Amino acid sequence: MTRTLATHHHPGMENSMELQENPVALGTAAARPRLEVTALSKTYGSGPNAKCVIEDLTFTVTTGEVVCIVGPSGVGKTTLLKCLAGLQPATSGTAAIDGRRIDGPPPEMALVFQDYSRSLMPWLTVRKNVRLPLRHLRLPAQEMNQRIDDALRAVGLDGSDGKYPWQLSGGMQQRVAIARALAYRPEILIMDEPFASVDAQTRFELEDLCLKIRDDFGMTILVVTHDIDEAVYLSDRVVVLGAKPARVLDVIGIDLPAPRDQISTRSLPEFAEQRTTVLSMIRKPA
Amino acid sequence: MNRRLINWTLGVGTPLLLVTAWWVLSENSTNTFFPPLSATLERFQALWLFDHFGSDVMLSLRNLVIGYALATVIGVGLGFATALVPVARWALDPLIHFLRGIPPVALVPIFISLIGFGLEMRLVSITLAAVFPTLIATVDGIRSVDSTLKDVSAVYRLSRGEKLAQVYLPAAGPQIASGMQVSLQVAFIVMIASEMLGSSQGIGAMTLLAQQSFMTSDMWAGILLLGVIGFGANLVFEVIKNKVLAWYVGSKRLARS
Repeated sequence: MTRTLATHHHPGMENSMELQENPVALGTAAARPRLEVTALSKTYGSGPNAKCVIEDLTFTVTTGEVVCIVGPSGVGKTTLLKCLAGLQPATSGTAAIDGRRIDGPPPEMALVFQDYSRSLMPWLTVRKNVRLPLRHLRLPAQEMNQRIDDALRAVGLDGSDGKYPWQLSGGMQQRVAIARALAYRPEILIMDEPFASVDAQTRFELEDLCLKIRDDFGMTILVVTHDIDEAVYLSDRVVVLGAKPARVLDVIGIDLPAPRDQISTRSLPEFAEQRTTVLSMIRKPA
Repeated sequence: MNRRLINWTLGVGTPLLLVTAWWVLSENSTNTFFPPLSATLERFQALWLFDHFGSDVMLSLRNLVIGYALATVIGVGLGFATALVPVARWALDPLIHFLRGIPPVALVPIFISLIGFGLEMRLVSITLAAVFPTLIATVDGIRSVDSTLKDVSAVYRLSRGEKLAQVYLPAAGPQIASGMQVSLQVAFIVMIASEMLGSSQGIGAMTLLAQQSFMTSDMWAGILLLGVIGFGANLVFEVIKNKVLAWYVGSKRLARS
């Protein structure tokens, strides 16, 4: 499953999906870190006014993993994501995908922004928003439409094709942003506090959607959040950041059974334990 | 619903009332400079429907349309360059702000001495004067494109052409449209001024000639026609704008309610 989706940026290879699905590729991909952040630092300005936002950050994300980054607000999480997405250069250290240093937006990555109302094009309908990033992939029309339909169905927006983003509620708009990322079929999906400003019910739905797309599409997912419950619920591992400048306090493996369920998982004693571990890590005086 | 009906009645009723007042008050006027409206309308029909329509009205309108279209293309194009190309920005920004300060009508005598009284002079005057509002609005519009949208375009690796046509242009659209609307007014003013200052043809020239020959009814008829054209041009612009920027109009209306 993972491999079939891994071919999408190479038109013409779509028909050779089967070839890609060889056991060797799958076997090595599972063990190797997909995304590797090594001693990453980001400083704004220079001289006495220099402001160090991120200092010596190191962590990895493995293929098919969901990793959440938690930390106090204003710790520089968005800056980190911008470095990972190739939108900003790191001051020192590297971020790499499969050992390839990121120095511009990588083709296998999509980013869901925190501010959904500003990340969608208000002049495009829902469907055209989802289609915009697909145009330059030069897909056959049929496949393009299929992808858009699939993505909209996955987020429960089929039937809202022709609406404009501003006609939708906040939660629906964020779904459009997620659908846009899904249709792009990234191998690595990064989300910046994606569910921060939606109501609790929608948030649960979107969290489950996030886990579902990992399972369905084999995506590697990195989520920045300030909600510890959410981090524990979603993650295979949680990267805990400390302020300021941001650095990794600890990486905590989350050992909760799959598939996760909003009611039963959250009521497990292990859930409470893990939650306490993460929380005490964040609250611990530096 | 009721409120809307009242507003509509006010919008249509007030001008009608004023025209009626004009008609009644001017009916027995013997003042040479303030002829009866009936006389003005008579001359209006005699002059413009359609004796001088082909020779003068069409000529003026053609200058307006061509000059305005050129101004829009140049304004938007230069605006994109000024906003996005650093060299162009440093080179053009101060110049633009100097040139915009010159009242557009003041440019006409310069062009008369440079190019003469011909059609080219009028076109160049209209185009040059009308460029600036669109140009400045385009620069502002492009510069204020939301940084998140730029990040989105970068992350999804949109091509340069896609960024320009699919992101920057529509995002700056509402501001560009406002600039274009001002440009339309400027183009209209300069169209008339250029005809009044250096031409024997066109609505402006006809109107000025009528004034100078004490044919006051003709003069009033000319001004009436100019008013109708100005109103019509703006109306057409509004209709097109509301159609092209339907998303903007819709989202603003929703945000207000």
